[in-house]
Amino acid sequence: MSLMSKHKKLETNAFLLMLGIFVTVIIGGLVEIVPLFTIESTIEKVKGVRPYSPLELAGRNIYVREGCYNCHSQMIRPFRDEVERYGHYSLAAESMYDHPFQWGSKRTGPDLARVGGKYSNDWHMRHMINPRDVVPESIMPGYPWLATTRLDYGNIADHLKTLRIVGVPYTDEQIANAKADLEAQATGGDVGDRYPKAVTGPFDNDPGVVTEMDALVAYLQVLGTMVDFTTYDPNLPENLR
Amino acid sequence: MTQATVAHDATPDYLEDVVKKFTLAAVFWGIVGFFAGVFIAFQLAYPALNLDLPWTSFGRLRPVHTSAVIFAFGGNVLLATSFYVVQRTCRATLFGGRPLGNFVFWGYQLFIVLAALSYVLGYTQGREYAEPEWIVDLWITVVWVAYLIAFLGTLYKRREPHIYVANWFFLAFIVTVALLHLGNNLALPVSFAGMKSYSLFSGVQDAMTQWWYGHNAVGFFLTAGFLGIMYYFVPKRAERPVYSYRLSIVHFWALIFLYIWAGPHHLHYTALPDWAQTLGMTFSVMLWMPSWGGMINGLMTLSGAWDKLRTDPVIRFLVTSVAFYGMSTFEGPMMSVKAVNSLSHYTDWTVGHVHSGALGWVAFVSFGALYFMVPKLWRRERMYSMRLISYHFWIATLGIVLYVTAMWISGIMQGLMWRAYDSMGFLQYSFIETVEAMHPYYVIRGAGGVLFLLGSLIMAYNIYRTIKGDVRTEVPYDAPELVGAKG
Repeated sequence: MSLMSKHKKLETNAFLLMLGIFVTVIIGGLVEIVPLFTIESTIEKVKGVRPYSPLELAGRNIYVREGCYNCHSQMIRPFRDEVERYGHYSLAAESMYDHPFQWGSKRTGPDLARVGGKYSNDWHMRHMINPRDVVPESIMPGYPWLATTRLDYGNIADHLKTLRIVGVPYTDEQIANAKADLEAQATGGDVGDRYPKAVTGPFDNDPGVVTEMDALVAYLQVLGTMVDFTTYDPNLPENLR
Repeated sequence: MTQATVAHDATPDYLEDVVKKFTLAAVFWGIVGFFAGVFIAFQLAYPALNLDLPWTSFGRLRPVHTSAVIFAFGGNVLLATSFYVVQRTCRATLFGGRPLGNFVFWGYQLFIVLAALSYVLGYTQGREYAEPEWIVDLWITVVWVAYLIAFLGTLYKRREPHIYVANWFFLAFIVTVALLHLGNNLALPVSFAGMKSYSLFSGVQDAMTQWWYGHNAVGFFLTAGFLGIMYYFVPKRAERPVYSYRLSIVHFWALIFLYIWAGPHHLHYTALPDWAQTLGMTFSVMLWMPSWGGMINGLMTLSGAWDKLRTDPVIRFLVTSVAFYGMSTFEGPMMSVKAVNSLSHYTDWTVGHVHSGALGWVAFVSFGALYFMVPKLWRRERMYSMRLISYHFWIATLGIVLYVTAMWISGIMQGLMWRAYDSMGFLQYSFIETVEAMHPYYVIRGAGGVLFLLGSLIMAYNIYRTIKGDVRTEVPYDAPELVGAKG
């Protein structure tokens, strides 16, 4: 049979077999990934999405460190029930500065894409220390150590610089002031000029010390609040994807 | 026209020392991984088990479980079996000999320990199944290249004209996992003295890259590699040739071509553009066919030897694994259909689906291969006890049934509760009510996990006694007592 005789070439030459495998498996990925960088409509043009403030970024890194993505999604799908439960469905633009993305794959807990502003700073702090204090049926782990652990932010400017290299448009001014902005936001100072809509502290009961709790709550409070939906029309041709 | 007959039994030439070490490591890490799974399963039922400590909270331990079962247990099984199979089907000693084999062994174990420690201490990239930070990623790259050299070198110096079909699958697994690993872990460290890095891509592109990797960790690590195991150990144990050589060619190339496209089905209805979602769904549905090609080739190899199911518990493990493979690879394409996915996504249904594949297919085919290899490697007549293999089989099967059915119910129920409306047009359930409803199923799932773990402990004991040289006196399964003969 001809197929079998032709296949003999591949199965008698290890290098040729490996080459054949490589060519076969590389196609799908190329077709699906490369156009996402080249097709302009992949990310909607919206107003309001900005890079994370230094404190929010530090909080995001704690979110990643604790593996929150294992139980919480950050991706609202365009269904009636999800939009009513969580808010406007998520746009690609809203995670354009997320390195890495944290869309998640499981909702053991609720979606967090728009949790920002839904609860008070105080609620978040209590919830983190012991979730069952505010939601008795919750199965979320407690994170009491966040409130007592000082945030390690000595090199926060390096984080902003690294992110700028991979494409987040931090300005020189933002990088130069990273540490000061972080401290200001945690203690109730104003960082609105450089980071509009940033929620300021205090986030926990100890305003004198910047804790990991401050950072995490600052991050949660900005989630999903950046886009100005009054200027976003999903039916415009450039927003159809 | 089959190739199963080219396989030869052990001769003193083969480097078996390394294979033995991988075999023992697989048993050890399997137990660790199953235990971690049981523990985090009960954390979801009883949150006090998180202990309010950073190192024991679910978010850090879940990657320990997934990496332990996929990379530590599955990886060591794949390394053990691929080195065992490639030497025999090539009639050649492992390329690079003992030094290269030992480097791959200890290098791989070091990777496992580094990965697990770093998760517990909070160093993670936050990418599912690709959690290790950049330093650990670089180390496993070195080890993986050494593995490829050892495997490919052995193929190159073979004394058989043809490369046996099992080795095609092993080679596809090694090459593609390398490609996926490199593509998905492109990241820039904040400093070369620290662990923290930021991924090169963000948002939608990062999501697509991650699930291109994530789905093919399933497709190549947990499927292609384990099909390699099936193609050697099923024909050997059944003493029958592979059913169809032609089918193995067709389904091999179709499987590895189509699998790569299926990633976007993890991103249905997200901010990923629709064209990519549609491609992912279409290819996922097509993937059903080559998957069942493999199942048919595995099951039909039993033609004329089905009676062995009754008399040989090792065959029972192997055949059941192929049956689970068939079921999971039907369920997967079904769940990739967007209408179904809108219900199943984000729920326990996905978790149940993964475990019917991971426990039923991957672990069962591994157990079958381990039970086959251990007596051969340690030159024993047979396993210490065939009865214990049978107990292991039934206890583990019961565990899977409890696990999967519990997750089907909880997943579908939660998906329906999320979208339920009352007569006034309001959402019927708050989110926390849907969490509460999961509790009994989380307990049942945990119990299923305990049974599966128990089975693996029985296997460890059986293997220990076999290596020690003990043989339990047992009536063979193929000599049934005559009914009524007792008078």
